[in-house]
Amino acid sequence: MDVVVIGGGPAGLSAAIRAQELGLKVVVVEEGRLGGILPQCIHTGFGLLTYGEDLTGPELAHRLINSYQGEVLRGHAAGLEYSYHRKRVRVITEGGTVTLEAPTVIYAAGARERHAHEIGIVGDRVAGIYTAGEAQALMDLYGVLPGREVVIVGSGDVGLIMARRLSLEGAKVKAVVEMLPYPGGLARNLMILRDFNIPLLLNHRVVEVRGRGRVERVKVVSGSKEEWIKCDTLLVSAGLVPRVKLLRRAGAIIDERTSGPLVNDRLETSLPGIFAAGNSLVINDLVDYAMEQGRIAAEGAEEFIREGGIPSQDWVKVIPGDNVRSVVPQLISPGREVIAYVRPSKPLNDATLTLPNGRVRLGVIKPSEMLRVRVKAEEGGVAHVEIQG
Amino acid sequence: MRVAVVGAGITGVCVARELSRYRVEVHVFDAKPDVGWGVSKANTGLIHACYDDDPERFPVRAKACVEGNRMWRSLVEELSIPHSWDGSMVVGDEEDLPRLRELLRRGIRNGVPELRIVEARKLEPLIKGEYALYAPTAGQISPPQAVIAIAESAAINGVRFHLETEVKGIRVKSGEVEAIITNEGEVRVDAVVNAAGLKADEVAGMVGLPMEIRPRKGEYLIFDEDAGPKPSHIIFPVPSERSKGVVVTTEVSGHLMVGPNANDVQDKEDVSTTVEGLREVYGKASKLWPLPPMNKVIRSFAGLRPEPRGGDFILGRTEVGGFYNAAGMRSPGLTAAPAVGKELASMIAEDLELDRKLRWKAGRPLPVDGGGVVCRCNLVTSGRVRWAIERMRFLGVKTPSVDSVKFRTSATAGTCQGSFCRVHIARMLAEEYGVPLWQVTLKGKGSELGVGDVKALVI
Repeated sequence: MDVVVIGGGPAGLSAAIRAQELGLKVVVVEEGRLGGILPQCIHTGFGLLTYGEDLTGPELAHRLINSYQGEVLRGHAAGLEYSYHRKRVRVITEGGTVTLEAPTVIYAAGARERHAHEIGIVGDRVAGIYTAGEAQALMDLYGVLPGREVVIVGSGDVGLIMARRLSLEGAKVKAVVEMLPYPGGLARNLMILRDFNIPLLLNHRVVEVRGRGRVERVKVVSGSKEEWIKCDTLLVSAGLVPRVKLLRRAGAIIDERTSGPLVNDRLETSLPGIFAAGNSLVINDLVDYAMEQGRIAAEGAEEFIREGGIPSQDWVKVIPGDNVRSVVPQLISPGREVIAYVRPSKPLNDATLTLPNGRVRLGVIKPSEMLRVRVKAEEGGVAHVEIQG
Repeated sequence: MRVAVVGAGITGVCVARELSRYRVEVHVFDAKPDVGWGVSKANTGLIHACYDDDPERFPVRAKACVEGNRMWRSLVEELSIPHSWDGSMVVGDEEDLPRLRELLRRGIRNGVPELRIVEARKLEPLIKGEYALYAPTAGQISPPQAVIAIAESAAINGVRFHLETEVKGIRVKSGEVEAIITNEGEVRVDAVVNAAGLKADEVAGMVGLPMEIRPRKGEYLIFDEDAGPKPSHIIFPVPSERSKGVVVTTEVSGHLMVGPNANDVQDKEDVSTTVEGLREVYGKASKLWPLPPMNKVIRSFAGLRPEPRGGDFILGRTEVGGFYNAAGMRSPGLTAAPAVGKELASMIAEDLELDRKLRWKAGRPLPVDGGGVVCRCNLVTSGRVRWAIERMRFLGVKTPSVDSVKFRTSATAGTCQGSFCRVHIARMLAEEYGVPLWQVTLKGKGSELGVGDVKALVI
């Protein structure tokens, strides 16, 4: 075995396919369905950059699954042990615990959703409170209608897509409540609000849920104003958090800005030979980026095996400057053009991005749309990445 | 002979289990869908060392607490109840030393072993405070799991559980209890044990006895398992007249937990958390321990405890023949429960002249594992979930609830709070109970996971 890929979602499968193309022997560890979260994303918008086609989640999953001919181990990766030449992954399978060994690991375990308790919603702990993704699984994998009168917390993409999905099923979405002064989702998903006549409450927060057994009403506040909205369902779409428990416990450095591991331009973590891709590396808005990260990580794993490690060098540290929330990778090779993902920290109308290798006019930018850029830095310095508005 | 126990909380199941050692028919009634879903399921889960209870003002409490602590030691082993004997520390500074010494003297009078005052940081380097009253005999259990284990043991020994069965009245004839009236019908009984927790006053009222139980709310915060340092002891502040204060502890599941505050409320069903309450808990706990930030909280919850008038437990015989109280079980009610169960059972056995059974089984079946992982955060397997469902059916749980599985397995209680696994558990419940998926509940009737099926294409 050359590489163990943890996670069979779009990033993991893309990594596995690329690693096979490069002649590596691969095993993918997947605890649920191959395709990850794609099978429950029955809307379109997938694969535009990769295939030039507008696919649904299940279609893209199908395409990836068909392109991967290698081994799949069904089970939950519960342990990751690091040593320079050998990594051990402990997997709990139906038949018992299996330990896989390989010189490289690509960690693509995805993300989890932030839930009501984490964002400080108080009140009654009753039925009818779901994360957007849980509601999506209930509806689109298992055929359950979660509720009829819905309030959605957060104007991120999953919440907006669920607003449409619920509306199509005859449920009434009474409001999308956004804490920030601007909406969070991609422009194409914000159209949903207009299409279905759903009010967007900016600068508002849901702070409390009341109900006996099931949600009956939620309290929405803005400044000193407060209002109760009657509803039977509260969907929380308050962002995703990379699932990095195994990486953290193995000793990888976690970047506070991304909540994912710190990586170099091969997407190698601070543990040599362990690479990361997809939403466990950084929260992506587009599946195409997660897939690209999978391929970059696979190429890194191949190089690690071929060269006996990623070549030693004086890494250039990337410094996120003004209006930049995060940049991945955090370390880049001097003199090498690499792909970087830059998350702006606020919306700007006429933005210019400054990189070590020049300036790019961006026009309108939003935190909901991650920028993908090519960065090149010279030896012996740091790479400032900043946005002027 | 037949005994009815009203209430399947920790007190009721302890009484029932002790009664199951005698040749008598025992029936436990509870309005809730599963055992332990009232006061028992939402408290700190501490087995106190028992230096708090003033033996002069609260003699019943003080005695039952010490005896209960001793009994839990064998009970957790006999019934495989998750537990840890961490020991507790009441932490304070120089100026608190007189109070700590007072607690030490009281503990010695109560018969608490091995109590001593120590330099706090020698035991717990990150603690905020100079000195501590260290009580090595304090420990922790998972209260819902304890109730389930004890109820199962009782059921194995013939006790019948009637869940979702509300006691509406008790018929008394010539000063003696005669029958218990429920929404499921009437049962003739020779004795009734009032272990109805928050509603014990209502049950006492059914036989014309005065009692006052006021609900007191306590709120809690649980942090993510890797969020920050966790203490290896149970940490208390110096207690007030009103309560033992906000505790910092690493609960048996391995999460940092802080709480409770203590606020009197009116509504006996109101277990809502509040912004102010949680802020109070966080503020008080951070005076004892370096807490992770609030955004590392994975769950907040609240529970009610039954505060009796006068503050002491209300135990034993009453003016009504055959009517026994096991009520007002405020803190340290959980610690005291096994002792209360034993005392009540022997009292009833004496009054009804019951013989002991020749055969009585002490243990219960151990959990079964196997299959793939369902709850990724707490590594609960599908085999464990199926086992939990089988145990629910054994006890007579009528309504399939995710919470019944949660309290038996810890599934859905981790970092993601069930957003991945709740649906899988619900699917297993739907299959085993033969109901549509959307009808599976979170915590009993009225908390169904959905409102129906999505539109289907019919060709």
